[in-house]
Amino acid sequence: MMKHYVIIGNGTAAVGCIEGIRTVDKESPITVVSGENRHVYCRPLISYYLEEMTDIEKMKYRKDSFYSDNNCEVLYGKHAVAVDKDKKTVQLDDGEVLNYDELCVAAGSRSFVPPFEGLDTVEKKFNFMTLDDALALESAVEPDSKVLIVGAGLIGLKCAEGIQDRVGSITVCDLADRVLSSILDSECSELMSRNLEEHGISLMLGDTAVRFDKNTAYMKSGSEVDFDVLVLAVGVRANISLVKDACGEVNRGIIINNRMQTTIDNIYAAGDCTEGKDSSDGQNRVIAILPNAYMQGKCAGVNMAGGDETFDNAIPMNSIGFFGMNAMTAGQRPDDAEVYEEKSDNRIKKLYTKDGYLTGFMMINCAERTGIYTSLIRNKTPLDSVDFDLLKKNPGLMPFGENYTGKKLGSVV
Amino acid sequence: MRRVYVNEEWCLGCHLCEYNCAFANSGESSMVKALKDKKIYPRIQVEEGDKINFAVSCRHCTDPLCIKSCISGALTKDENGVVTIDHNKCVGCLTCILVCPYGTVVRDGEGAVNKCELCLKNSCGSPACVKGCPNRAIVYEER
Ligand SMILES: Cc1cc2nc3c(=O)[nH]c(=O)nc-3n(C[C@H](O)[C@H](O)[C@H](O)COP(=O)(O)OP(=O)(O)OC[C@H]3O[C@@H](n4cnc5c(N)ncnc54)[C@H](O)[C@@H]3O)c2cc1C
Repeated sequence: MMKHYVIIGNGTAAVGCIEGIRTVDKESPITVVSGENRHVYCRPLISYYLEEMTDIEKMKYRKDSFYSDNNCEVLYGKHAVAVDKDKKTVQLDDGEVLNYDELCVAAGSRSFVPPFEGLDTVEKKFNFMTLDDALALESAVEPDSKVLIVGAGLIGLKCAEGIQDRVGSITVCDLADRVLSSILDSECSELMSRNLEEHGISLMLGDTAVRFDKNTAYMKSGSEVDFDVLVLAVGVRANISLVKDACGEVNRGIIINNRMQTTIDNIYAAGDCTEGKDSSDGQNRVIAILPNAYMQGKCAGVNMAGGDETFDNAIPMNSIGFFGMNAMTAGQRPDDAEVYEEKSDNRIKKLYTKDGYLTGFMMINCAERTGIYTSLIRNKTPLDSVDFDLLKKNPGLMPFGENYTGKKLGSVV
Repeated sequence: MRRVYVNEEWCLGCHLCEYNCAFANSGESSMVKALKDKKIYPRIQVEEGDKINFAVSCRHCTDPLCIKSCISGALTKDENGVVTIDHNKCVGCLTCILVCPYGTVVRDGEGAVNKCELCLKNSCGSPACVKGCPNRAIVYEER
């Protein structure tokens, strides 16, 4: 039976959804509502674009023929404004109404800008979420620009790295007392801060802008910062309103189960707009990372097409580098966890274990074979089934024993 | 598809596979030129234990986590099932290293990553590690 699939959003989760649908249903039409007027691109690469490590062509997430190969119609530059769950329709901003049999909301997230006093007096201000944001920033900066970035999280700092060679100076401020506070502890953060400062980024931590007047930011501490270009990277919010307004359950994100179903029949959700179970501690949370968006999208797609798939081992994880220093984190670090640590000048490794399981890790500059640790978290491997004393020092397969290596290295996995 | 498989009981731990890998992927015509006084970044790694040794390289998984996690779209599966990397697209974020459960993606020393592509993209044509293994501890076959 032919179905009509509709996907709201055209990012990584949407691609996962399309590829998921096509593993089951090769025929039925798919309509993609793409708020951005662009072929799907790698959102995390917008800073690499500014750094000239990639270009618009290379940063396409899938090749040009992707939609036609997959029999998709893409409505570029159009926004879904409402979902009617009884009539099973999606209303677009241009008045068009789409019928769906199965709907996937893959609407991602948007910048959250707190109501700063005087923000409207600032001439050159930008978010850093989309390729269009990056292009606008690119045309606004000049070799002597003084840039102020509000927010020392992943997005603010990636932006700083991206424009470093194109501007005169960069100041990054954050109310938190350390950089990357959502993923790093103070020790790792300290190392990263030093690296950022060595590369010419000025940091103002524990301090943030409270008021703007044209080219001046008035800080909480009382100091003033002059700037030409302002980037707001304070935080992001999941796009939940379409499902919320249709009376689906939402919290910080759209609530989904392990089949990516929302609480409304025939409506699925995937990616940054969702809130699902973090398998590293069983709590519900938004896990806004690209791998998760793809895997959730794929799972949603398979199920929308009548297949049967669950995705129940999502964990937060990040690998991110700034000026050559890499930080990797995964899972959670409960307060009562036991910690295994290795430290030297430019390198930190911390593994967190609790009740016989690895629950998380944090590493600076020690990337080699880290995925072996990630797999322990994702697969909830009991540590008494491996030689953890060996493994914690050196990630390898030997500590898993001959049964495991025989199977993994001797057959198709 | 044919993949590289390990016969653990035969591995001597001689590391020749690592050198052959680095040489095959160097683009150089002489092994000396390719390897002498250079830090090498082989895409196969020998693990040595008390009783056994083995060489680990990309499993070319049926459902690879690295591809699903790649933030730059650089990792793909070709029509034969080989997991390949497009160096033009890779920005070196290392997310693939963060997720590969076998630890088989390695840094290339130039800011991106490398992984075993079964020597299908270099002049060797089939895995150099297997060709050069003195004890048939790694084999290239269909299973
Ligand atoms: C600067 C930056 C760096 C990042 N770096 C990393 C990284 O290193 N590693 C990592 O894992 N993740 C990173 N991320 C996060 C990653 O980009 C996201 O997790 C991923 O893009 C989520 O994909 P998605 O498909 O859920 O949402 P998105 O990619 O946000 O796509 C959602 C799309 O839906 C559209 N949309 C929204 N509402 C509507 C509507 N009503 N109608 C029509 N269309 C709509 C939006 O315009 C958008 O194009 C980064 C993000 C940024 C901004």
